[in-house]
This record gives sequence, structure tokens and C-alpha cells, in this order.
Amino acid sequence: MADKLNKQTHEPDLALHVEDLTVSYASKPVLWDIDLNIPPGVLAAIVGPNGAGKSTLIKTVLGLIKPTAGHVYIHGKSYKQQMSQVAYVPQRNSVDWDFPTTSLDIVTMGLYGKLGWLKRPGKKEKKQAMHALEQVAMESFAHRQISQLSGGQQQRVFLARALVQEANIYFMDEPMAGVDATTERAIINILKELRSQGKTLIIVHHDLQTVQNYFDWMVLLNVRILAQGPVKDVYTAENLAAAYGNQFALLNNMQISKETNGSNHENL
Amino acid sequence: MTEFIAFFSDFSLRNVALGAALLGITSGVLGSFTLLRQQSLLGDALSHAALPGVALGFIISGSRSLLPIMIGALISAAAAAVLMTLIINRSRLKTDAALGIVLSTFFAFGLVLLTYIGHQNNAGQAGLNTFLFGQAASILPSDVWLMFAVTLISILLVSVFWKEFKIVTFDRGFAASLGFNVLWLEFTMTIMIALAIVIGLQMVGVVLMAAMLIAPAAAARQWVKTLEHMILVSALFGALSGLIGALISATGKGLATGPLIVIAASIIVLISLLFAPERGLLKEALNRRKNNKQLRQDHILLALYNLAKEHNDPEYKSEIGMIKSFYHHDPSKLLKDLESQGLVYTVEHMKEEGKHWVLSNKGYQDAKQIWQDIGGSQ
Repeated sequence: MADKLNKQTHEPDLALHVEDLTVSYASKPVLWDIDLNIPPGVLAAIVGPNGAGKSTLIKTVLGLIKPTAGHVYIHGKSYKQQMSQVAYVPQRNSVDWDFPTTSLDIVTMGLYGKLGWLKRPGKKEKKQAMHALEQVAMESFAHRQISQLSGGQQQRVFLARALVQEANIYFMDEPMAGVDATTERAIINILKELRSQGKTLIIVHHDLQTVQNYFDWMVLLNVRILAQGPVKDVYTAENLAAAYGNQFALLNNMQISKETNGSNHENL
Repeated sequence: MTEFIAFFSDFSLRNVALGAALLGITSGVLGSFTLLRQQSLLGDALSHAALPGVALGFIISGSRSLLPIMIGALISAAAAAVLMTLIINRSRLKTDAALGIVLSTFFAFGLVLLTYIGHQNNAGQAGLNTFLFGQAASILPSDVWLMFAVTLISILLVSVFWKEFKIVTFDRGFAASLGFNVLWLEFTMTIMIALAIVIGLQMVGVVLMAAMLIAPAAAARQWVKTLEHMILVSALFGALSGLIGALISATGKGLATGPLIVIAASIIVLISLLFAPERGLLKEALNRRKNNKQLRQDHILLALYNLAKEHNDPEYKSEIGMIKSFYHHDPSKLLKDLESQGLVYTVEHMKEEGKHWVLSNKGYQDAKQIWQDIGGSQ
């Protein structure tokens, strides 16, 4: 069965298809029996409380964490086969920004995968990286030391590094955490632009308040998948309560009252 | 000068100097990566963990010849590295605890073996514990060749896998997502560090070897803006420390070379921490002073601006006493500074009241901007 799946495509119509995925650290499950389907061309939010396994889910899909059980398919094939079609934005604070280099150099790293082993980036790669920096309005910081960038600027550099990969499907781990309002708006505009080009974007998102405004697809996660589908179907008081439990009581009034406010819907 | 020439014509001293410089280069290059990967203590753990290998190499070969000892050191350092990885991955212990446990256990085992050897009546045992602190004087031309080979291999590996080492050092998760074999790259780096430690054993010993991996890289980081430069400067600082240590030790006072090399490296670190042009503490202190002064000047400008606003007169003539009541300190010196920058000027208003201060047009605009920046009401 497994061999057959490796040779043939499996669920090729789905951008991401995850089946029976379980991940555990030291016998404690972090993700439990995940079945997840995300169609192509959506801007999807993965939402859930702290410790829900959101980052773990992305990392497992990208092969950075070995699952205890389950399969992951991207456009019908394994991650290894689809690697060149996938871009990844890790959490900003997962790296040391005191590394001695420039923004341009970091963005160029997005092309290392296409270059393959041993080949060095040249003029062409620099040009592509510069173009990606322009897309995130950071071209004037191209030669700036990354240690001198603000949090929002660091995040834009990370986004540019993913843009330069020219992927079909993007995984981003909290790209809007700890950035200023201007940067958040800039990032969401870029994400929407990518969606309009037919790309699929799967974003770990921490802010329940903005889910309805920004996203059209939603996955509610807390170790298990609690709900998935179009935001308007998933974003219900019942589902959120199931995901957030006690914490939800605090969020309740603030969040759901917005649901009735039609101006907040600009989906699709 | 004649001493200097004599130094380089002296055969054994030349070996020491060359060996020290080569060790400095290797540990400088490899140390840059460990420092940036925030694994500086890995070098410390690996070098302490080499001690039982040194003793076992001696016991098995029955002589003090370098090759079996180095092979023993490499194997036990590598075993320690594997053990640490296992502890970190399989248990709930964090990296620092794993490093501490492996370091002290291996080191203790090594010390036990050393005392065991000490109680055997074996002529070859003499000086085995020099591996604790190194004994550069005993270095042979063949040892220097070995160090040269290790240096060459390190430089070669770093230049061939430059892009790969760089991306793994900066962002290992992203590197893995691009399909690079992160585990293999990290394993290669660790083995290279173990090699550097092995060639450093004779020169500075297991106890001080970590300093050779940390100090040149930490000093270099202060001066550079790119990884390329960091590695070059770090290699240079490493070589320089080696040469300085060897030179001072050669003055004939019988001072130990290894510790002198480490002290030289530490002095370079100290100088770099204090005086590096952009990251140095001195520069930071100067910046802070400049900012403080700027802040006080802004304060005065705001005082004048608000007085002018309250009186609906951009050219309102403020008496020094009024400014003082806004500023709470003596503003005379700051006002002079502002005057020299053309932001304020003085006028005689009424003879009996003395000098008055007025915002220049530029000063008024500056003050207005500052007021808006801090969110003051219009």
C-alpha cells in the first residue's frame, strides 16, 4: 500500500492532504490523529491555543519532525518530491539575528535549495533576492546588517526569503507576531496578492480577532483537529469554545460580537 | 631585533610558533561557527571528554607517541558528542545539563585513568599529564605537519561547504526545509571541532582548549559585518594569539606556552569588547552620552516652544528663570550649545531683566517636530 502511494499521486487535487498524523514527544502526544485537507488557492489560518501543536504541525509537514504515524501529501506527492514547490517562513525568534550578514544575503538563502549542493549564488541570485526585497518594501535595507533591523523589518526579510523561492504553497509560522500595524498590513497584502496568483498559503496565526478579516480558510487545532473549512463555517462560538476551553470565556464577548458585524467580512 | 631573528632561526621555537599559529587558525575558523550556533560550550565539553581517550591511547600503545594518543582523543571526543546528542534528543534534559554531565563524567574518568597510569612503573608515562595543560615545547616537526594537515582539511571543508555551513548555522530548520542534510552537516562540523581539539591537546591542553575555540571568534564578531570577514579575522586573531604566546614563552623565563596563548587571546577579546568601532562598549557609552545630551537639549527646546505657544508668539522672549522652572536644572550650558547650533538666540528685552532667549525659525520648527513626535497636543 505504502509503495503504491509513493509511486502514484494521492489526492492530487488537494494542496495539502494529511492523514492519520500523530506526533509525540516522550510518549505525550502533541498532535493526535490529524486528518487535514486544504484545497489549493486558499489563504488558510491554523489557529489554536498555546501548546496546541500549530508549529509542530507545520514542521512535521515539512519533514523537520518525524511523525509517530501518518502521511503527508502536497499536491498529491510527498514533501521530498514537492520540495521545490514549497516555501517556509519559520518563527522570527527561532534564529539569532546577531548573525553577521545583510538582509540581501538572508534573502539569497531562499535560493540555496534550487542551487543545490556546492554551487554558490551569483549575480542572478542577488538580483532575484533584490526583487523579493522590493516586494516587501525593504530594498533600501538590502545592505543593512540584520542585527540593526526592527522586529517588523526582520519579519519582512523572512517573508522576502520565502517569496524568492517562487513556490506554489507557502507555510508560515506566526508571520504577524510582534510586528507593528504597518508591517502587519503590508504582510497581509502580500499574502492576499499571492492568493490571487493562485498560490496556497497556510499560516499559523495567533490573533483570533483578525482571522475573519484576513483568511478564507481556517483550521482549528488543539492537539486534534476540532474543525476545518471555510472561515464562515468554522468560526463559530461553539468551535472556538471547544478549542480554547476556559480561555475562551475571556475572549468570548470581545471576539464573537464582531461576527454579527458585516463590515468585517471581506472574504473571497 | 637580534632576539627576534634568533627566535625564528631556533628550530624548536619555530616549531612551537608554527604549531601555535596553525592551531589558532583552525580553532579560529571552526570556533566562528560554534560561536554563531551558540554552542561554544560544546568545544569545552569535547576537549574535556578527550582526556580518557588520551589515557587509553597511552595504555593500549604503551608509549607516549602522539598518533595513538590522538586517535584515542578523537574517538572519546566523538563518543561524547554522540552521547550528548542522545541525551538531548531522548531525555528531558536540556543542552546545558547534557553538556555538563558528559563533560564532567568523561573528565573524571580521564583523571582516574591518569592516576592509574601514574601508579604503574612505566618510564613512558613521564609527562602524560601535560595533556591537561599542554606542553608546547615537546612539539615535533611531525606534529607540526599533522597540525598543518588538519588546518588544511578544515579550511578546505569550510570553503567547499561554505553555503551549506552558513545556512545551517543561521537557520537549521529552514536549511532542512530546503532539503539540506542538516544532521550530516552538523556531524561534520562537530567532527572538525573534535579534530581541532585533538591538535590543540599538545599545545594548550584539554582544560584550556575551549578558550581557543571561543576567544578568537568572539573577538572577531566585534569587528565584522559578514561571515567571510568573521572567519578571516577570527583565524588572524587565533594565529596572532598563538604567535604572541609562543614569543613570550620563548623569552626564556620558562613560562608555559599554552596558558600564555590563551591569555593573549583573552586580551584580544577584551580589546575587541571595549574598542570595536560599532559594537564596542566605549562606542556604546559615547552613543548613550550623545543621546542623553540630545534629550536634554530637546527638553529645553520644548520648554521654549511651549512658552512661545502659550503666548501665541513664535518669537517669544523667555527669561532664564522661566526656562529654569520648566527644566528644573541650570540650562545655561545647554542654551549655549543650542545657540551655537543656531536653534536659539539671545536678545536684550528689558535692561533690568537681563538676557532673554528666543527660538530661531529653525529651532521653532525642530521643537514643533519633537513636540509632534512625542504626541503633544497642537
